[in-house]
Amino acid sequence: MQIRIIAAALALFVGFGQAQADSHDDVLTIAYNVNLPSWDPTVGLSAVNPTIQSIYKSVFDQYVDQNPDLTFKNGLLTGWGWNEDRTKIWLEVRDDAYWHDGRNVTAADVVWSLERAGHPDTGNPIQFIWSTVGNFAVDGNRITADVLRFEPTIFKWMAFLTAYVLPKDYYESVGAEGFEKAPVGSGPYMVDQFERNSFVRLKRFDKYWGPQPEFETVIFKFVPDANSRVAEIESGSSDITIEIPYEQYDRLSEKDGLQGRNTPVSDIAMIFLNDVGVMEDANVRKALAHAIDKEAIVERLLRGYGVPIDTLQAPQYSAFDNSTKVETNPEKSKELLAASGYSPENPVRFKIQTTRGFKPKDYEIIQAIVGMWRNVGAEAEIEVYEIAKHFELRAQDTLAPAAFYNWGNAIGDPSTSTGFAMFGPSPHSTWDTDDLDAMIGPLWGEPDEEKRIAGYKAVDRYIAENAYVIPLLQFVQPIVHRDGIEVTPHVANFVLPQLVKKTN
Amino acid sequence: MSFPFLLRRLVLVIPTLIGVSIIVFVLLRVVPGDPIMMMIPPGATEDDIDHLRQLYGLDKPILEQYLVWFSEVLKGDFGTSISLRQDVVELILSRLPATIELAVAAMFISVILGTSLALIGTFWSNQWPETIVDGFTGLNQAIPDFLWGLIFILAFGVLWPLLPVSGRIDPRINLDLVSQFYIVESLIRGEFSVFLTLIKHMIMPAIALALPLTAVIARSLKASLRETMTQDYIRMAQVKGFGPWRILIVEALRNAMIPTVALSGVQFNFLLGGTVLIERIFSYPGIGNMSIGAVIDRDLPLIQGLIITFAILFIVTNLVIDMSYRTLNPRVRNE
Repeated sequence: MQIRIIAAALALFVGFGQAQADSHDDVLTIAYNVNLPSWDPTVGLSAVNPTIQSIYKSVFDQYVDQNPDLTFKNGLLTGWGWNEDRTKIWLEVRDDAYWHDGRNVTAADVVWSLERAGHPDTGNPIQFIWSTVGNFAVDGNRITADVLRFEPTIFKWMAFLTAYVLPKDYYESVGAEGFEKAPVGSGPYMVDQFERNSFVRLKRFDKYWGPQPEFETVIFKFVPDANSRVAEIESGSSDITIEIPYEQYDRLSEKDGLQGRNTPVSDIAMIFLNDVGVMEDANVRKALAHAIDKEAIVERLLRGYGVPIDTLQAPQYSAFDNSTKVETNPEKSKELLAASGYSPENPVRFKIQTTRGFKPKDYEIIQAIVGMWRNVGAEAEIEVYEIAKHFELRAQDTLAPAAFYNWGNAIGDPSTSTGFAMFGPSPHSTWDTDDLDAMIGPLWGEPDEEKRIAGYKAVDRYIAENAYVIPLLQFVQPIVHRDGIEVTPHVANFVLPQLVKKTN
Repeated sequence: MSFPFLLRRLVLVIPTLIGVSIIVFVLLRVVPGDPIMMMIPPGATEDDIDHLRQLYGLDKPILEQYLVWFSEVLKGDFGTSISLRQDVVELILSRLPATIELAVAAMFISVILGTSLALIGTFWSNQWPETIVDGFTGLNQAIPDFLWGLIFILAFGVLWPLLPVSGRIDPRINLDLVSQFYIVESLIRGEFSVFLTLIKHMIMPAIALALPLTAVIARSLKASLRETMTQDYIRMAQVKGFGPWRILIVEALRNAMIPTVALSGVQFNFLLGGTVLIERIFSYPGIGNMSIGAVIDRDLPLIQGLIITFAILFIVTNLVIDMSYRTLNPRVRNE
């Protein structure tokens, strides 16, 4: 009897170990850092959450797609453009796309998705963009629409947040709740099983119009805790993980059986300056900007995983201008502060707000910067706040004189970085002065793309010269994966299973 | 147990829940963090923001918002989650079973382990087994549950990968269960492979949750047993020639358990609170994990629903403990 009990216990234990060691060549498991809250990629809070777009992009198609280097390519649309006087747009819908329930994707689906997105009552947070076109007409696979309000970036937005095409007939038949329970898209993977807060299992969609993904099954495990994600990849329970501390990334990358990839992504760190108190003094602002050694922050705090920047444009963005520089020069900072009557003995005092743990080393970066400022004659008091409070204060324009933030811009357009962050009437801006608004204002409706981009480059130069904001660095996404697969990093910070290849 | 006692306790539940709902409702709207501000993208205008605020009913005064919400709650409608876009009651009911199964498993482990340790410590009083029991319970009291969780993940998930480190079930398994009480249902339906994978996923979080409570039960019960063992009726049993284990388990344990039962009830409430962190660490899909997500997203309807749910769980637990206490303790029962 005792022997049988021991044998059963051993079998159970061996079973436990074996289950962990099982490898499934056709199953790709990704330990993902966030939960998927909702299956509708066009409505509500989750629709504008950049971190879950990888899952949406696996299941749904966008009007326009993006290559890993942020350049644009065909999505469900094979062509798009304006008429000559820019009073109309035209869209060409591909004819080889199917919904996961087997029906054809039609131009009517695209029109319905655009109209729904532009309707104020659907709760699409980007409604203000989608409502710039209307009066749709369909002729075969070609759609035309009137431009109701000129928006030069509308086609770029077609590859961005909430720009997903949903199945009209299916959605209308099952309703919003039915769609949440059984979502149908036209992307490379279809939803097989969804355990809320736990995982989503996807199956390859054989009728997908694009290249067939190599893995038949993909599992996104929702593992919000970074330590648990490290354990997932280290134990072999997952094949890929992301968003882990750089120290862990270095350690895991050197481990047998694991590899690391790191890519600069479309997410930058910056310090918002508010046009209040001491920040109204140009000498103070410029001194603060010149005092920061961004190279040192990247090398010493982020272990080299970051790219110093001097404008709100990362090198991959369309208005990036390498000639706009803000040099690190503490002596110049001292001179500027001295001109306004400040010195290390009599420092200028203000408050800086920051998150702690929201982005890699956010608090430590600010601590280091405050130290650099102290050396030149600026004494900043650090206040830690939650990201929710940041949003609220920013919308009310009541942020402290300086506030750390990160800004994502997956389409790389200057209007969605400099434009929204620095234009006074935008609820996201903190610096609100007429000189800057006068420069940015005309660019919103500039129809000449070259002039528009050149205009934003000039704005960025002007901002840098006047230190209206302090851009810090471009973040790097650490990805760790097991041997035997190749992961294609995406500058938009996506981890797309359709881009993962088997190497043996 | 008297019916008037039960009725009295049940009547008290109503004002308690109303009080909790008012405090939660007001607090959530006073603390920083506006869900609409988290939702708006770059480029949204003031009108867009006002429209979204109106859409989610957040444009009205707090009192009006509360009255609207409360009148719906009376009809069983806790609203729709802002972030998850689903009925709050449905969401909570779909995740609550995972937490209940985890908490009950943790409670079961801590009662069995705590009682065993107390019996061992009492039986071998002032000998080396008691020293080991005291050391073990001291260690368990000193280390919080979430730290145990991380230690287990490192030990049994990474260094010796015997157990899965996240989730409630193996994502590769096709689940065909009707209820959300997976463990209970898989046992009833005889689906042992599913049952096994559920247990594998539950072992580490359940033990991590159980260990601190185990220490509390062991210490309290050992002290109580030691006192009971000096009672006259125990000496009488010894004189009658009963064996030491029989005296300890059959004669002493029942009386010694009374204070421990009351204490365990209070501790069970702490254990429920502990599920929030433990579920997060193990990515366990219960209401604890959901609570953190709801707070991060400032999902007001869901936070309200979750807090009311936790309040109901606490009230029910206390009620059950009170009733158990009355059943076990004749003095209280006859009052």
